Amino acid sequence: MTLHHYLVISAILFTLGIFAVLTRRNAISILMGIELILNACNLNFAAFSRFVTPPTDLSGQIIALFGIVLAAAEAAVFLAIVLAIYREFSTISPDETDTLKG
Amino acid sequence: MELKQFVFYIFALLTVGSAVVVVTVRNIVHAAFALMVTLFGIAGLYVFLQADFLAATQVIIYVGGILVLILFGVMMTSGKLDMKLKLERGQLFWGGLVSLLLFLLLLPVITQTPQWEVADDGASLEPTTHRIGEMILQKEFLLPFEVASVLLLVALIGAALISRKEVREEE
Repeated sequence: MTLHHYLVISAILFTLGIFAVLTRRNAISILMGIELILNACNLNFAAFSRFVTPPTDLSGQIIALFGIVLAAAEAAVFLAIVLAIYREFSTISPDETDTLKG
Repeated sequence: MELKQFVFYIFALLTVGSAVVVVTVRNIVHAAFALMVTLFGIAGLYVFLQADFLAATQVIIYVGGILVLILFGVMMTSGKLDMKLKLERGQLFWGGLVSLLLFLLLLPVITQTPQWEVADDGASLEPTTHRIGEMILQKEFLLPFEVASVLLLVALIGAALISRKEVREEE
């Protein structure tokens, strides 16, 4: 296993996440795409931490940990907004919720 | 092929395959469960990278927290069981084209990255938890740690404020 293996896996996950964000028409499916993108990022950080820096330096892994924390906060706020939108519009399709007036 | 390499390829296939299911399947509950397999696969890849603490955190926070949150969101927003996802032809085409081009853009970047390889290859495996705790609490990551805790507090209050039912006072 070389660094390239991990980078290719992470690139595939990233593009799949972009694809989900571009094509899905349900806000929660878009959130799943965003989670895929964030996971690809974290995998890259961990891979570079293993292969490039000396084994005593774990900065890459710690940054991946912070990435997981940010993803958790982002998911919580995202779902709260989605719930509020659903209560207002009775739908969570991003195409149909195109007004800011409450 | 070595056993270790074999297991690595199984995890890689599991991760990528279930990610494809996440973005293509039409039932959103199936997509959520496929996402669970993807997250477990990534935790397995973390183990291959000798990041044991990161793998445990991935399982606890992603699978135990975020995925449950997503399933709650699915349950509370799909009113009359309209869990089928509509896809539009044109959007599918352009979205697929853009992501494919993005992948083709990323590939040369990856192949131009130097081919680092680790010599010891797991011979000197030692737990990372102690060192991560040291680096966060005693060295350069103390400030980001505190900022992350404040951010979590803000997200907690914000989420509770946004999603609560609005109570209108009688006039």
